Amino acid sequence: MVERIIIHGLIDGGVYALLAVGFTLIFGVARIINLAHTAFYMLAAYLILTFANSLGLPLVSSVILSIIAVTIMGVFSYKLVIDPVRGHETTILIVTIALAIIIQEAMLMEYGGGFQRVPSLISGYTKILGTKVLYQQILTFGVVLFILLGTWALLMKTRLGIAIRSTAQDREVANLMGINVTRTGMITMAISVTLAAIAGALVAPLQVLGPHMWMHPLVMVLAVVVLGGLGSIKGSLLGAFVLGFAETMVVVLVPTGAFLKGAVALGVMLVVILIRPEGLFGVSFEEER
Amino acid sequence: MSIISAYIRRGYRGFRGEVLVLPSRTIVVLFCLTLFLLPLITTHPYYLRILIMASIFALFAASWDLLSGFTGQISFGHALFFGVAAYTSALLNLNIGLPTWLTIPLGALAAVLAGLVIGVPCLRLRGAYLALATLAFPLILTGIVFVIPDITGGELGVSGIDRLSGSRVIEYYIVIALMVTLGFVMWKIADSKTGIIFHAIREDELTARASGINTTKYKLLAFCLSGLFAGVAGGLYVHFMRIAGPSTLELILSFQVIIWAIFGGIATIYGPIAGAFILVLLMEFLTVKPEIRMLVFAIVVLLLLLFMPQGLTTWVRDKTEKVCPRCKLRNIATRKSCRVCTADLD
Repeated sequence: MVERIIIHGLIDGGVYALLAVGFTLIFGVARIINLAHTAFYMLAAYLILTFANSLGLPLVSSVILSIIAVTIMGVFSYKLVIDPVRGHETTILIVTIALAIIIQEAMLMEYGGGFQRVPSLISGYTKILGTKVLYQQILTFGVVLFILLGTWALLMKTRLGIAIRSTAQDREVANLMGINVTRTGMITMAISVTLAAIAGALVAPLQVLGPHMWMHPLVMVLAVVVLGGLGSIKGSLLGAFVLGFAETMVVVLVPTGAFLKGAVALGVMLVVILIRPEGLFGVSFEEER
Repeated sequence: MSIISAYIRRGYRGFRGEVLVLPSRTIVVLFCLTLFLLPLITTHPYYLRILIMASIFALFAASWDLLSGFTGQISFGHALFFGVAAYTSALLNLNIGLPTWLTIPLGALAAVLAGLVIGVPCLRLRGAYLALATLAFPLILTGIVFVIPDITGGELGVSGIDRLSGSRVIEYYIVIALMVTLGFVMWKIADSKTGIIFHAIREDELTARASGINTTKYKLLAFCLSGLFAGVAGGLYVHFMRIAGPSTLELILSFQVIIWAIFGGIATIYGPIAGAFILVLLMEFLTVKPEIRMLVFAIVVLLLLLFMPQGLTTWVRDKTEKVCPRCKLRNIATRKSCRVCTADLD
């Protein structure tokens, strides 16, 4: 029981962490609440099917190709539809919802409403502490850790990372210091979408794919970033694991109440923000006037 | 006799001076007239049904506008009010047998209470935090609905509720009249002193507080008012569809209302109403090709907002009217001088 909670909580939390870090990055840099974030995650999962089944490519290369393709689409949609309305914060909301609906409907037309399955990269399983763990799950967790460390290194150790962090801190001053904020925004979007695509490609074999699979992760990601504090990477990581564990605990401990998992996770988020309105590690932004 | 004709003449003069001078007001009056006179042309149940749905959703979208457009407290969980009112009306009607004219106000009252319940904890939150926190409430309530299926009917919902009225035409008039009246009331609220305070809170809460406004009270008021109108919409919906299911609390409904309102243009009240009517009718029109319906819908919304990021009605208003630089009244764009203070326009 406890082992199952730990193992599944770590994997779910890891996937949420990948999604939430990407979400919080683009929010921090460009103040965009990208509601299409998990739609890109879904897109990556589905594109593996296209590359592997329709084009007959090997699985590994179709996973990589789908991540690249989604990143390119993400950057294009940022350039074409999100960036032009960036000044109107409410308009961004619907533009990104519309984007998500377009992706959802495109998937529905291409693959139909039925559920699809993606084969695992490595099949088979092992037993850890008496619990069955798929190799794919171990791979997922390993890649998640690696990517998160990579993102952390990118943000902390490179010039690009400094540019991203300073743009997130104060856009105007960053601009005055000679940072190209528009380009930084686009690169951040690319990173953000890549993280979502990697998460999608990793969980695709662990889940059944359906055209509505973006909804639940979206709610969870929103809860995670609020719990951790918007714009804070550290907070997103912690929040993702907290909510991942909360969800897994509901599923494991109350098997008949699996539909409650979202409600419990959101309840946890509410309790936290009622005590700390800016989330666990919230960055208090300059009042923007 | 002469007194009556004098009143009529005075009324007409007022009408010409206040309504016909501005294209936007003329459009609103024409729109209401068309709605009221439509059953003279057709009483086909299908057309009336579409317009009833559009009116209910228009009322719902306008209530979102009161909270999010005017007061700036962006709500991602507006379906909460709709769903709470829908379930309350349905359960009261079904279990206690209260008549329709009592269940709808009681449902709306329940939605006001819901507004208080989520308003109080959300007072400390602002901006994106508030938006994302409100998202949680309807989803949590959906979980609760599934936990007690004996009362709420679980996934299937509650069905077998009384109709608004026996005839479709009367139902149509009830809904339309309520929508127009409540829309007008909301517009009046938004135009009153309270509305100005709502505006002030959205623009700069700190300054509003520094000016001696009890922002907490007004934010709670906005939550309650918005809940009230959304609750009326929810009650009407449930008595028209005769089923209250978890779909009234769904995430997609909360998103839909934001789409309608922003498409039409926020902080106007009439914008969301126009947005809901246009988009609901568009969706109905697109049923001829059901497989591409949502796709076309999303593309239309996306393209329109790229060209008119402030929404449709705001764009039209800015093209046809200008604001007098001296007295801040609106004038038709063709005028050279202000209609009230005769100052030169632009």
